[in-house]
Amino acid sequence: MFPAINPQVLIAVGLAACVTYSLRLGGLLLASRFPRSGRFRRGMDALPGALLFSLVLPSIVAEGVWGLMAAALTAIVVLRTRNTLAAMLCGMLVIFAVRKIGQ
Amino acid sequence: MKHRKPEMIRGARANVPVAASAMAYGSVLGVLAAQKGLSWLDMMYMNTAVFAGAAQFVMVDMWSNHMPIFEMTLAVLVINLRYLLIGASLGPLFSGRGLLHKIGMMHLVADENWAVTMSEQRNGTATTWFLFGGGIFLYLAWSSGTLIGLLGGGFITRPEDYALDFAFTAVFTALAVGLWRGKSDVLPWIVAGVAALLAHKFLPGKWYIVAGGLAGAISAMLGPCEIEEVEEAEDVPSY
Repeated sequence: MFPAINPQVLIAVGLAACVTYSLRLGGLLLASRFPRSGRFRRGMDALPGALLFSLVLPSIVAEGVWGLMAAALTAIVVLRTRNTLAAMLCGMLVIFAVRKIGQ
Repeated sequence: MKHRKPEMIRGARANVPVAASAMAYGSVLGVLAAQKGLSWLDMMYMNTAVFAGAAQFVMVDMWSNHMPIFEMTLAVLVINLRYLLIGASLGPLFSGRGLLHKIGMMHLVADENWAVTMSEQRNGTATTWFLFGGGIFLYLAWSSGTLIGLLGGGFITRPEDYALDFAFTAVFTALAVGLWRGKSDVLPWIVAGVAALLAHKFLPGKWYIVAGGLAGAISAMLGPCEIEEVEEAEDVPSY
Protein backbone atom coordinates (compact mmCIF):
# COMPACT_ATOMS: atom_id res chain seq x y z
CA MET A 1 0.00 0.00 0.00
CA PHE A 2 1.81 3.04 -1.31
CA PRO A 3 -0.21 6.27 -0.88
CA ALA A 4 -0.08 9.00 -3.53
CA ILE A 5 0.72 12.62 -2.70
CA ASN A 6 -1.99 15.10 -3.58
CA PRO A 7 -0.63 17.82 -5.98
CA GLN A 8 -1.81 20.54 -3.57
CA VAL A 9 0.22 18.95 -0.77
CA LEU A 10 3.20 18.68 -3.11
CA ILE A 11 3.08 22.43 -3.78
CA ALA A 12 2.28 23.61 -0.23
CA VAL A 13 5.01 21.53 1.42
CA GLY A 14 7.42 22.30 -1.45
CA LEU A 15 6.99 26.06 -0.94
CA ALA A 16 7.41 25.72 2.83
CA ALA A 17 10.61 23.78 2.18
CA CYS A 18 11.98 26.43 -0.22
CA VAL A 19 11.27 29.22 2.27
CA THR A 20 12.91 27.34 5.13
CA TYR A 21 16.02 26.36 3.19
CA SER A 22 16.45 29.89 1.80
CA LEU A 23 16.43 31.29 5.33
CA ARG A 24 18.98 28.72 6.53
CA LEU A 25 21.42 29.23 3.65
CA GLY A 26 20.65 32.96 3.33
CA GLY A 27 21.68 33.63 6.94
CA LEU A 28 24.96 31.78 6.49
CA LEU A 29 25.81 33.53 3.21
CA LEU A 30 24.97 36.93 4.69
CA ALA A 31 27.27 36.21 7.63
CA SER A 32 30.37 36.12 5.40
CA ARG A 33 29.73 39.79 4.57
CA PHE A 34 29.54 40.86 8.21
CA PRO A 35 32.41 42.75 9.87
CA ARG A 36 34.77 40.46 11.81
CA SER A 37 35.48 42.75 14.73
CA GLY A 38 34.18 45.59 16.85
CA ARG A 39 30.64 46.17 18.00
CA PHE A 40 28.92 44.16 15.31
CA ARG A 41 30.99 41.09 16.04
CA ARG A 42 30.15 41.47 19.73
CA GLY A 43 26.46 41.44 18.87
CA MET A 44 26.84 38.34 16.71
CA ASP A 45 28.74 36.58 19.50
CA ALA A 46 25.92 37.29 21.93
CA LEU A 47 23.27 36.15 19.44
CA PRO A 48 23.22 32.35 19.97
CA GLY A 49 22.69 32.57 23.73
CA ALA A 50 20.14 35.39 23.45
CA LEU A 51 18.23 33.46 20.77
CA LEU A 52 18.11 30.22 22.75
CA PHE A 53 17.13 32.03 25.95
CA SER A 54 14.28 33.79 24.08
CA LEU A 55 13.15 30.45 22.71
CA VAL A 56 12.67 28.85 26.15
CA LEU A 57 11.80 31.68 28.54
CA PRO A 58 8.13 32.23 27.53
CA SER A 59 7.34 28.50 27.81
CA ILE A 60 9.04 28.32 31.23
CA VAL A 61 7.10 31.34 32.47
CA ALA A 62 3.85 29.90 31.05
CA GLU A 63 4.22 26.98 33.50
CA GLY A 64 4.27 29.40 36.44
CA VAL A 65 6.40 29.02 39.56
CA TRP A 66 6.88 25.29 38.97
CA GLY A 67 8.08 26.01 35.44
CA LEU A 68 10.81 28.22 36.95
CA MET A 69 11.66 25.50 39.49
CA ALA A 70 11.85 22.87 36.74
CA ALA A 71 14.11 25.13 34.65
CA ALA A 72 16.35 25.88 37.64
CA LEU A 73 16.69 22.17 38.43
CA THR A 74 17.48 21.45 34.76
CA ALA A 75 20.20 24.14 34.84
CA ILE A 76 21.71 22.82 38.09
CA VAL A 77 21.78 19.22 36.86
CA VAL A 78 23.43 20.15 33.56
CA LEU A 79 26.03 22.30 35.34
CA ARG A 80 26.84 19.53 37.86
CA THR A 81 26.78 16.53 35.52
CA ARG A 82 27.20 17.95 32.00
CA ASN A 83 24.50 15.42 31.08
CA THR A 84 21.81 17.05 28.95
CA LEU A 85 19.56 13.97 28.90
CA ALA A 86 19.54 13.64 32.70
CA ALA A 87 18.89 17.39 33.02
CA MET A 88 15.97 17.19 30.58
CA LEU A 89 14.42 14.25 32.44
CA CYS A 90 14.72 16.02 35.83
CA GLY A 91 12.95 19.08 34.44
CA MET A 92 10.21 16.93 32.93
CA LEU A 93 9.84 14.98 36.19
CA VAL A 94 9.04 18.18 38.12
CA ILE A 95 6.31 19.15 35.63
CA PHE A 96 5.01 15.56 35.52
CA ALA A 97 4.76 15.41 39.34
CA VAL A 98 3.12 18.82 39.64
CA ARG A 99 0.49 17.93 37.04
CA LYS A 100 -0.18 14.53 38.65
CA ILE A 101 -0.73 16.12 42.06
CA GLY A 102 -2.74 18.95 40.57
CA GLN A 103 -5.26 16.58 39.01
CA MET B 1 38.66 15.50 5.06
CA LYS B 2 39.73 12.19 6.56
CA HIS B 3 38.15 13.27 9.84
CA ARG B 4 34.74 13.39 8.19
CA LYS B 5 33.39 10.08 9.49
CA PRO B 6 34.59 10.29 13.13
CA GLU B 7 33.35 13.87 13.29
CA MET B 8 29.89 12.85 12.05
CA ILE B 9 29.72 10.03 14.59
CA ARG B 10 30.83 12.39 17.36
CA GLY B 11 28.11 14.82 16.26
CA ALA B 12 25.49 12.09 16.28
CA ARG B 13 26.50 10.96 19.79
CA ALA B 14 26.36 14.50 21.15
CA ASN B 15 22.82 14.82 19.80
CA VAL B 16 21.39 11.77 21.62
CA PRO B 17 19.64 13.81 24.37
CA VAL B 18 18.11 16.35 21.99
CA ALA B 19 17.11 13.57 19.59
CA ALA B 20 15.28 11.82 22.44
CA SER B 21 13.25 14.96 23.08
CA ALA B 22 12.70 15.52 19.32
CA MET B 23 11.39 11.95 19.09
CA ALA B 24 9.03 12.58 22.02
CA TYR B 25 7.39 15.65 20.52
CA GLY B 26 7.66 14.17 17.02
CA SER B 27 5.31 11.45 18.20
CA VAL B 28 2.91 14.16 19.40
CA LEU B 29 3.00 15.68 15.89
CA GLY B 30 2.35 12.24 14.42
CA VAL B 31 -0.79 11.80 16.53
CA LEU B 32 -2.09 15.21 15.41
CA ALA B 33 -1.24 14.40 11.77
CA ALA B 34 -3.17 11.12 11.97
CA GLN B 35 -6.25 13.06 13.08
CA LYS B 36 -5.82 15.36 10.05
CA GLY B 37 -5.61 12.37 7.71
CA LEU B 38 -1.99 12.68 6.60
CA SER B 39 -0.50 9.51 5.10
CA TRP B 40 2.93 8.26 6.15
CA LEU B 41 4.22 9.49 2.78
CA ASP B 42 2.87 13.03 3.36
CA MET B 43 4.55 12.95 6.76
CA MET B 44 7.91 11.75 5.42
CA TYR B 45 7.78 14.24 2.54
CA MET B 46 7.30 17.03 5.06
CA ASN B 47 9.99 15.68 7.44
CA THR B 48 12.49 15.46 4.60
CA ALA B 49 11.71 18.66 2.70
CA VAL B 50 11.00 21.07 5.57
CA PHE B 51 12.72 19.47 8.61
CA ALA B 52 11.68 22.15 11.11
CA GLY B 53 9.62 21.06 14.11
CA ALA B 54 7.66 24.19 15.05
CA ALA B 55 6.79 24.96 11.42
CA GLN B 56 5.58 21.41 10.86
CA PHE B 57 3.23 21.66 13.85
CA VAL B 58 1.64 24.77 12.36
CA MET B 59 1.44 23.18 8.89
CA VAL B 60 -0.36 20.13 10.27
CA ASP B 61 -2.67 22.46 12.16
CA MET B 62 -3.54 24.32 8.90
CA TRP B 63 -3.80 21.07 6.90
CA SER B 64 -7.12 20.55 5.09
CA ASN B 65 -8.64 19.09 1.93
CA HIS B 66 -8.22 22.47 0.33
CA MET B 67 -4.69 23.46 1.30
CA PRO B 68 -4.29 27.17 2.26
CA ILE B 69 -1.06 27.37 0.26
CA PHE B 70 -0.41 31.11 0.60
CA GLU B 71 -1.23 31.38 4.31
CA MET B 72 0.79 28.28 5.05
CA THR B 73 3.88 29.57 3.24
CA LEU B 74 3.61 32.91 5.05
CA ALA B 75 3.21 31.21 8.44
CA VAL B 76 6.28 29.05 7.78
CA LEU B 77 8.25 32.15 6.77
CA VAL B 78 7.43 33.91 10.03
CA ILE B 79 8.04 30.89 12.25
CA ASN B 80 11.33 30.06 10.57
CA LEU B 81 12.67 33.61 10.38
CA ARG B 82 14.94 32.63 13.27
CA TYR B 83 16.85 30.39 10.85
CA LEU B 84 18.21 33.56 9.25
CA LEU B 85 19.83 34.36 12.61
CA ILE B 86 20.81 30.74 13.22
CA GLY B 87 22.43 30.60 9.77
CA ALA B 88 24.28 33.86 10.42
CA SER B 89 25.57 32.61 13.78
CA LEU B 90 27.15 29.63 12.00
CA GLY B 91 29.34 31.99 9.95
CA PRO B 92 32.53 31.47 11.99
CA LEU B 93 32.10 27.66 11.93
CA PHE B 94 31.87 27.67 8.13
CA SER B 95 34.61 30.25 7.51
CA GLY B 96 36.97 29.08 4.80
CA ARG B 97 34.52 26.48 3.48
CA GLY B 98 33.36 26.53 -0.15
CA LEU B 99 29.89 27.40 -1.39
CA LEU B 100 28.99 23.80 -2.28
CA HIS B 101 29.91 22.65 1.22
CA LYS B 102 27.60 25.30 2.67
CA ILE B 103 24.76 24.42 0.26
CA GLY B 104 25.01 20.75 1.15
CA MET B 105 25.26 21.18 4.92
CA MET B 106 22.63 23.80 5.67
CA HIS B 107 19.47 21.82 4.97
CA LEU B 108 19.89 19.60 8.04
CA VAL B 109 20.41 22.48 10.46
CA ALA B 110 17.64 22.46 13.08
CA ASP B 111 17.38 24.21 16.48
CA GLU B 112 18.67 21.10 18.22
CA ASN B 113 21.89 20.26 16.38
CA TRP B 114 22.64 23.98 16.01
CA ALA B 115 22.41 24.47 19.78
CA VAL B 116 24.56 21.37 20.46
CA THR B 117 27.15 22.59 17.94
CA MET B 118 27.21 26.08 19.44
CA SER B 119 27.91 24.74 22.92
CA GLU B 120 30.58 22.42 21.44
CA GLN B 121 32.13 25.44 19.75
CA ARG B 122 32.67 26.99 23.17
CA ASN B 123 35.28 24.25 23.68
CA GLY B 124 36.68 24.96 20.22
CA THR B 125 35.98 21.42 19.01
CA ALA B 126 32.97 21.90 16.72
CA THR B 127 33.23 21.23 12.98
CA THR B 128 30.78 21.38 10.09
CA TRP B 129 30.77 17.57 9.92
CA PHE B 130 29.93 17.44 13.62
CA LEU B 131 26.91 19.65 12.83
CA PHE B 132 25.95 17.51 9.84
CA GLY B 133 26.28 14.18 11.67
CA GLY B 134 24.02 15.58 14.37
CA GLY B 135 21.56 16.67 11.67
CA ILE B 136 21.35 13.20 10.13
CA PHE B 137 20.85 11.55 13.51
CA LEU B 138 18.20 14.11 14.41
CA TYR B 139 16.42 13.54 11.09
CA LEU B 140 16.23 9.81 11.80
CA ALA B 141 14.94 10.35 15.36
CA TRP B 142 12.44 13.01 14.29
CA SER B 143 11.13 10.88 11.41
CA SER B 144 10.74 7.76 13.52
CA GLY B 145 9.02 9.77 16.27
CA THR B 146 6.47 11.24 13.83
CA LEU B 147 5.84 7.85 12.21
CA ILE B 148 5.37 6.13 15.58
CA GLY B 149 2.76 8.75 16.48
CA LEU B 150 1.10 8.59 13.06
CA LEU B 151 0.92 4.81 12.65
CA GLY B 152 0.77 3.75 16.32
CA GLY B 153 -2.04 6.28 16.60
CA GLY B 154 -3.60 7.45 19.80
CA PHE B 155 -1.47 5.50 22.30
CA ILE B 156 -0.64 8.82 23.88
CA THR B 157 -3.88 10.72 23.65
CA ARG B 158 -2.85 13.28 26.23
CA PRO B 159 0.91 13.85 25.89
CA GLU B 160 0.80 16.73 28.37
CA ASP B 161 -0.07 14.23 31.15
CA TYR B 162 3.45 12.86 30.78
CA ALA B 163 5.03 16.33 30.52
CA LEU B 164 6.10 15.45 26.97
CA ASP B 165 5.28 19.01 25.91
CA PHE B 166 7.90 20.20 28.43
CA ALA B 167 10.65 18.00 26.90
CA PHE B 168 11.39 20.68 24.32
CA THR B 169 11.62 23.45 26.93
CA ALA B 170 13.75 21.36 29.30
CA VAL B 171 16.28 20.26 26.71
CA PHE B 172 16.73 23.78 25.33
CA THR B 173 17.09 25.18 28.84
CA ALA B 174 19.95 22.74 29.42
CA LEU B 175 21.55 23.81 26.13
CA ALA B 176 21.13 27.51 26.90
CA VAL B 177 23.08 26.98 30.15
CA GLY B 178 25.93 25.66 28.00
CA LEU B 179 25.97 28.87 25.96
CA TRP B 180 26.28 31.16 29.00
CA ARG B 181 29.56 33.11 28.69
CA GLY B 182 29.50 34.79 32.08
CA LYS B 183 29.39 38.50 32.87
CA SER B 184 29.28 39.69 29.26
CA ASP B 185 25.98 37.83 28.82
CA VAL B 186 24.13 39.46 31.73
CA LEU B 187 22.87 42.47 29.75
CA PRO B 188 22.04 40.71 26.44
CA TRP B 189 20.16 37.91 28.22
CA ILE B 190 18.10 40.27 30.38
CA VAL B 191 17.19 42.37 27.33
CA ALA B 192 16.47 39.23 25.27
CA GLY B 193 14.29 37.79 28.03
CA VAL B 194 12.24 40.95 28.49
CA ALA B 195 11.80 41.39 24.73
CA ALA B 196 10.81 37.73 24.29
CA LEU B 197 8.23 37.88 27.10
CA LEU B 198 6.72 41.11 25.76
CA ALA B 199 6.59 39.82 22.18
CA HIS B 200 5.13 36.52 23.40
CA LYS B 201 2.34 38.44 25.13
CA PHE B 202 1.57 40.98 22.42
CA LEU B 203 2.58 39.47 19.08
CA PRO B 204 1.08 36.39 17.42
CA GLY B 205 2.94 33.21 16.55
CA LYS B 206 6.66 32.77 17.05
CA TRP B 207 7.84 36.37 16.64
CA TYR B 208 9.11 36.33 20.22
CA ILE B 209 12.13 34.18 19.31
CA VAL B 210 13.34 36.61 16.66
CA ALA B 211 12.43 39.66 18.77
CA GLY B 212 14.33 38.38 21.82
CA GLY B 213 17.37 37.20 19.86
CA LEU B 214 17.72 40.48 17.95
CA ALA B 215 17.14 42.64 21.04
CA GLY B 216 19.81 40.68 22.94
CA ALA B 217 22.33 40.94 20.12
CA ILE B 218 21.69 44.67 19.64
CA SER B 219 22.10 45.36 23.36
CA ALA B 220 25.47 43.59 23.23
CA MET B 221 26.47 45.80 20.30
CA LEU B 222 25.49 49.02 22.05
CA GLY B 223 26.47 48.03 25.58
CA PRO B 224 29.59 49.42 27.24
CA CYS B 225 32.33 46.74 27.39
CA GLU B 226 35.62 48.67 27.12
CA ILE B 227 37.75 45.90 28.62
CA GLU B 228 36.34 43.29 26.32
CA GLU B 229 37.14 45.38 23.28
CA VAL B 230 40.81 44.77 24.01
CA GLU B 231 40.37 41.04 24.45
CA GLU B 232 38.43 40.87 21.22
CA ALA B 233 41.10 42.72 19.28
CA GLU B 234 43.46 39.88 20.23
CA ASP B 235 40.91 37.27 19.20
CA VAL B 236 40.33 38.65 15.72
CA PRO B 237 43.28 37.06 13.88
CA SER B 238 42.11 33.55 14.83
CA TYR B 239 39.08 33.90 12.54
